[in-house]
Amino acid sequence: MKFLCIDCDTQMEFEERQQPGDGTFGAAFQCPRCRRRIAMLANPMETQLVGSLGVKIGGRTLDEQPMELVRGSLAGRDDAFADVPAPSAGRPRWSEQSQDRLARVPAFVRGMVKKIYSDYAVDHGIAEITPDVMDRARTDLGLEDM
Amino acid sequence: MTFRGYHEVEGGDRSGLVAQIGAQHERVQARLSTVRRVVAVASGKGGVGKSYLTAALALAAARRLGGVGVLDADLKSPTTAQMLGARGPLRVGEGGVEPARGRGGVAVMSSDLLIEEDAPLSWTGPAGDRFTWRGLLETGALREFLADVVWGPLDLLLVDLPPDADRLEDLAALVPSLTGAVLVTIPSEASRRSVARAMRHAQRAGINLLGVVENMSGYACGTCGANGPLFPGDAGARLADAGGIPLLGRIPWLPAELGDATHPSLEACTAALLGALA
Repeated sequence: MKFLCIDCDTQMEFEERQQPGDGTFGAAFQCPRCRRRIAMLANPMETQLVGSLGVKIGGRTLDEQPMELVRGSLAGRDDAFADVPAPSAGRPRWSEQSQDRLARVPAFVRGMVKKIYSDYAVDHGIAEITPDVMDRARTDLGLEDM
Repeated sequence: MTFRGYHEVEGGDRSGLVAQIGAQHERVQARLSTVRRVVAVASGKGGVGKSYLTAALALAAARRLGGVGVLDADLKSPTTAQMLGARGPLRVGEGGVEPARGRGGVAVMSSDLLIEEDAPLSWTGPAGDRFTWRGLLETGALREFLADVVWGPLDLLLVDLPPDADRLEDLAALVPSLTGAVLVTIPSEASRRSVARAMRHAQRAGINLLGVVENMSGYACGTCGANGPLFPGDAGARLADAGGIPLLGRIPWLPAELGDATHPSLEACTAALLGALA
């Protein structure tokens, strides 16, 4: 997929993606010449189609997790997976509120979600995961359903 | 106004989708680099006993080989995990998902280990449009079962495919190193016709067909062991002739649950398959 600035006849560059929460997927692109910005907005069905490929528009900012597509898309049993916790040294703390929020994530995918937020915090030098950090990670990583 | 074509725009693909699909394929290749042979068990017909045969071949092969795995690609009607006695939960570590272990130490991955007992396979996502993306998710799940399961060193990975002939082609696309496929039929003419279509499909796709197995080829009496008639027809031999491939075996319908001790016909079939792989 390429975006072309017609006036400049120049390929636009990917800037950021957003998932506002209604199933919409948005990706912003900018023309490197005239600096004009555009947003591509996909409806929920189109968002689901792209998501079903197991890809992220604009590329990945975090390594793909084991069975990420299955765990994020299948209505699975709570006890299907036993996630082996990473060694606690160097890992962020979880605030009480963020733990409450994590507890509301279906058990089928919870271990993976916890790892994604923890990896995000480590990558960004965050010592404690709070609901605010979770919101930021959701936006940055395109994790609308997590 | 005239647009330039995709390939006429010289810059890279900033959406990154093509690169990510390429990376997905590389993950599959990397994971399967420790697997010596990947063999699909396929048919164009449902109800011919592919899963039973896959499990039976796996058990018999595990007694002869260093390591054997079974990937149950029949996401909607998974049965091989139960047949092999494999249970979850599945351990997830940094390296991936550890397969469950079935009888004979067979490594197993199946959607049966992921969904609730007696529950249908169900994907989350916007209702009403499922037909547009369900197939993508099913192929994606097969890809993840291949790429994200820590299969480790295996001599043989059997992939139990659903009846849909397209799935064999999907598997071949995901696994360019696919060793080949075994086709399963029952003796009847109806089965022969369906499996013949699947065979033609596979041959057109350039898939190496290792042979045909005729399952439910008569009825093995549980008391005296004598083999009586069950279905009319000789689909196995006819398919083998038509495809120019070997008939690997005729397996009678066996009235007992799959056990560690198997019927001589299963042992002979396994030996024929391993001979075809040698």
